[in-house]
Amino acid sequence: MNAASFGLVIELFRRVVPGLSTILLILLTQLPVPIPFFPNVAPAMPLMAIYYWVVFRPDLMPLILIFAAGLFHDALIGAPFGLTALIYILVHAFVLNQRRFLAGKSFWVFWAGFAIVALVAMFSTYVMASILREAIMPADAVFMCMVLTVVTFPVVAWALLQSQRWLVGSAQPS
Amino acid sequence: MAKRNVSVSVAGLVMPVRVWGQRFAFLALIALSFALMFLNKAEPEAFERARTVVVDAVTPVLNMMSRPVEAGQAAIISVESFFLVRTENARLQEENARLLHWVQVARQLGVENATLRAQLDFVPDIRPRAVTARVVADTGGAFFHSLLIDAGAQNFVRRGQAVVSHGALLGRVAEVGQRSARVLVLTDLNSRIPAIVESTGDRVIVTGNNTPWPDLTYLEPNSPISVGDRIITSGHGGVFPPGLMIGLVVDAGEGRVSIQPAVPLARVSEARVLDYGVNGILPSPENMPARPDAPAAVGTTSGGSKQ
Repeated sequence: MNAASFGLVIELFRRVVPGLSTILLILLTQLPVPIPFFPNVAPAMPLMAIYYWVVFRPDLMPLILIFAAGLFHDALIGAPFGLTALIYILVHAFVLNQRRFLAGKSFWVFWAGFAIVALVAMFSTYVMASILREAIMPADAVFMCMVLTVVTFPVVAWALLQSQRWLVGSAQPS
Repeated sequence: MAKRNVSVSVAGLVMPVRVWGQRFAFLALIALSFALMFLNKAEPEAFERARTVVVDAVTPVLNMMSRPVEAGQAAIISVESFFLVRTENARLQEENARLLHWVQVARQLGVENATLRAQLDFVPDIRPRAVTARVVADTGGAFFHSLLIDAGAQNFVRRGQAVVSHGALLGRVAEVGQRSARVLVLTDLNSRIPAIVESTGDRVIVTGNNTPWPDLTYLEPNSPISVGDRIITSGHGGVFPPGLMIGLVVDAGEGRVSIQPAVPLARVSEARVLDYGVNGILPSPENMPARPDAPAAVGTTSGGSKQ
């Protein structure tokens, strides 16, 4: 492999890291963690990846990729196709709209922005799931999930920051 | 100068087209999401196939990723057991002494049972075949309670089979791929299990409600049920084999009776899929037996649970 094609492979890898990290977090969320009730309230880590990458590298998180990730998530959890995909593309649209406000600010603002996104996304999922399953879902698990998602965000954001720093870079379109 | 004007005008044309394209894509994907959800509701069978293809493809990855989790769990258990070894030993010795008495009782009952069966020309029960599989994913979160196991149609796992773990009922097989299957856990909103209260013999349905404590429904209003009663599968309706432990009653209030599943849901790393030759959920209409009195709904009919 010559230098040019090696450079091309590296560049390709850089470009797929955001999508791959989102898929990886979707898979990680499904692992059978041996803590009572944890699977029911596990933090929504894919949401964190979508939020992070749409703020910092929207060029590498196209809408169609987010939609595909949502369908993949739906297939894994046994949800009707389109449920998570819809939530993800709404999150994408909202964050893309607000990214100029979020990108240059302190981490606290970035975190607060995520808290709002997580709250709205999970409430929307709760309403949609209740409609699709024709029953009012228990709200306590959703509330716990929301709290855990917001509380654990800095850990996942730090990991994504490292992957951006070492693998992806910060170049972005104006 | 002229060249600059041309480039500005091209950019001026391209940008709005791009923006409109993005808006159109956004709206189209939203419409597609709703359409998929609607079709999923109307034609679940078609989407089930797509889902099992995805799950089949991902199962080896999940299998690999879940190994460290399992190793961590094993490490925690071994550290715990190291500290509990003395008390555990004393408990086991006491239990062993008690069980030795029961061995004698069982032998006597075995002989008596064999004699009685010989006198009655009793047709023996079908012994279940079982497939043991690893739980590779605990999917669903707050809205859907299901597990993925790494055994599928190629391991003779079929839709509707009962799944047990730690000696108690875990749920039933809801979707089957070639090398993976989805287990609908008994706590899920869609789970309905015909059962009986062991102490009173009352027939009930264990109804999942997406909380860790499923409800008992269709219980007689004046049933003498109380906290601590054992709930086991009844085998009615051709759904589950009879006698499988489901759980214990933890709340027997006026309006609602709920149970604690006997299966430790947080520690399910392996599951056994039982094949008793009964079908836990109704087959699709084209596969329905041509029987005029075929059951109309799961759990509402009785009889015919065993061949």
